[in-house]
Amino acid sequence: MAETVFSRPGALAPVTTHYCPGCTHGIIHRLVAEVIDELGVRERTVGIAPVGCGVLAYNYFTVDFQEASHGRAPAVATGIKRARPDLIVFTYQGDGDLASIGMGEIVHCANRGEKVTVVFVNNAIYGMTGGQMAPTTMPGQIATTCPLGRDVEQCGYPIRIVELLSTLRTPAFVARTAVHTPLHAVNAKEMLRRAFRYQVAGTCFSLVEVLSTCPTNWGLPPAEANRWLDQNMMPYYPLGVFKTPEGADRAPKPAAGD
Amino acid sequence: MAKKLMKGSEAIGEAAIQAGCRLFFGYPITPQNEIPEYMSLRLPQVGGCFVQAESEVAASNMLYGAAGAGERVMTSSSSPGISLMSEAVSYLAGAELPVVIVNIVRAGPGLGGILPSQGDYFQATRGMGHGDFRLLVLAPWSIQEAANLVQDAFDLADYYRNPVLVLGDGLIGQMMEPVEFRSDRQPIKPLEPKTWASTGCHGDRPTNIINSLFLDPEVLERHNFKLKAKFDAMVRDEIRSAAYGTDGDYDVLVVAYGTVARVCSTAIEELRERGVRVAMVRPITLFPFPYRAVREAALRASSVLVVELSTGQMIEDVQLALEGARPIHFHCRVGGMLVTPDEVMEKVDRILAGAAAEVSHG
Repeated sequence: MAETVFSRPGALAPVTTHYCPGCTHGIIHRLVAEVIDELGVRERTVGIAPVGCGVLAYNYFTVDFQEASHGRAPAVATGIKRARPDLIVFTYQGDGDLASIGMGEIVHCANRGEKVTVVFVNNAIYGMTGGQMAPTTMPGQIATTCPLGRDVEQCGYPIRIVELLSTLRTPAFVARTAVHTPLHAVNAKEMLRRAFRYQVAGTCFSLVEVLSTCPTNWGLPPAEANRWLDQNMMPYYPLGVFKTPEGADRAPKPAAGD
Repeated sequence: MAKKLMKGSEAIGEAAIQAGCRLFFGYPITPQNEIPEYMSLRLPQVGGCFVQAESEVAASNMLYGAAGAGERVMTSSSSPGISLMSEAVSYLAGAELPVVIVNIVRAGPGLGGILPSQGDYFQATRGMGHGDFRLLVLAPWSIQEAANLVQDAFDLADYYRNPVLVLGDGLIGQMMEPVEFRSDRQPIKPLEPKTWASTGCHGDRPTNIINSLFLDPEVLERHNFKLKAKFDAMVRDEIRSAAYGTDGDYDVLVVAYGTVARVCSTAIEELRERGVRVAMVRPITLFPFPYRAVREAALRASSVLVVELSTGQMIEDVQLALEGARPIHFHCRVGGMLVTPDEVMEKVDRILAGAAAEVSHG
């Protein structure tokens, strides 16, 4: 008798997504759903969808969802978690949503140590609105609002969210990962698993940044997009665990007068 | 429960707690800081939660999350902060989430000043944010009424699944008056369990999605008409106003709301002692506006006097009510200056002497 060795996660809805061919949102959705399944928390999980390509994420999971306004998902997550600490609350946000218009919300959500999980998908561009420059767009990278390439003299350098959040004293789990190869995807799932576990245990805020591709707006075939990510984003956005709640005890001593 | 002398801000906070509010998200802004300060102390005592947000933008979106999870939740702010919340208020109305928002109005525009004003009437009654929606707006004139209206606001918000705004000013926030909370208070509307809330999708039930995004125009049009039906029901069922001195004959009808109506009532008492025939209608709901009550009372007078702490906002609703049937006179103080009873009396005297100009704007 045949044995089922691979199937759709229960937390993933049996529907077709709107994502472009080659986009890595689908992989990330699946990894999140697998983790929700493995932790057995589907029936007490509430997701928060962003404004951006993930805006319809509420159609793709079999968990309750709230749709936030642009950038405000961490505030919405705070409201849900404070109202119902027994729920497992995660946001799913892109780089325009989280690192630009929602910078205030993500920093303060992390700094308050809200016991929520943030899945931060960084594809270095505004996808849904048609390929505009994001805070994470690489120097020289062409986008519709920097047609000659990102000029760091005018626009500054790409913002590294996990490094920025890692400076906060409040205990947290903060990591960066990628999904453009199977090996990276396996690692990404492990990071997501750790992030959700910290929340289930009520330990701390957790955020996993996932480097992602946008073949459509990068103007590259999917395989080339994967190579572009590897060659251009990976050196600037190093992968790894940047902060753990256990490590918080070894944080630098406060400066004099602090 | 015996009457207790309370500051307006504390009465508003305590009323919310007595109404079952267990979550408050806010951001400091004068002149309403005593409300979040009170909640930060009291909510943990009743098993609730207070969060000082990083901004009004964040606070109002925390409201969205908590209301979406089915809890009774409130915020308070003052005019510039309310403007920042107007984005979320649009989403709250679109997603049909019940919340209570208290605006202790200060003078504007911009940073303006911190003293009482009614300059946010248009913002409050014309939907506040982008899109096609209304807020139910309640305007108290005393501390007891503020407490009662805050409690009613939670029932109305839950019943209509819509934000409800309580519009006060610094006088309401700062005055001290005796307040009584009834321990046997019952909801003023029949309330259903919040089966729509995002509280975890158990078993086979379809997922609950809190959302204001409808990409299909036919679906969004249906949603817009559904919201419209709620606003129509508010107009049909929720209009509140109070009348003073309308039993007998009178020549001048005063229309004023909130603390200004309180000032006017003092003037009216003195005028009536002098034999001047003057009465007042006080709108308590600003949306829905008591057009009929204002019109019917006005038609029994020879002229109408609107008194506001704005350069003329509610007067437009009075004009809509009267449709030119009576001359409308106007008196205001703005910038944080208050109307005095003497000013109102002088204005009424001048109207009766035929000296005061009829308002011509609108």
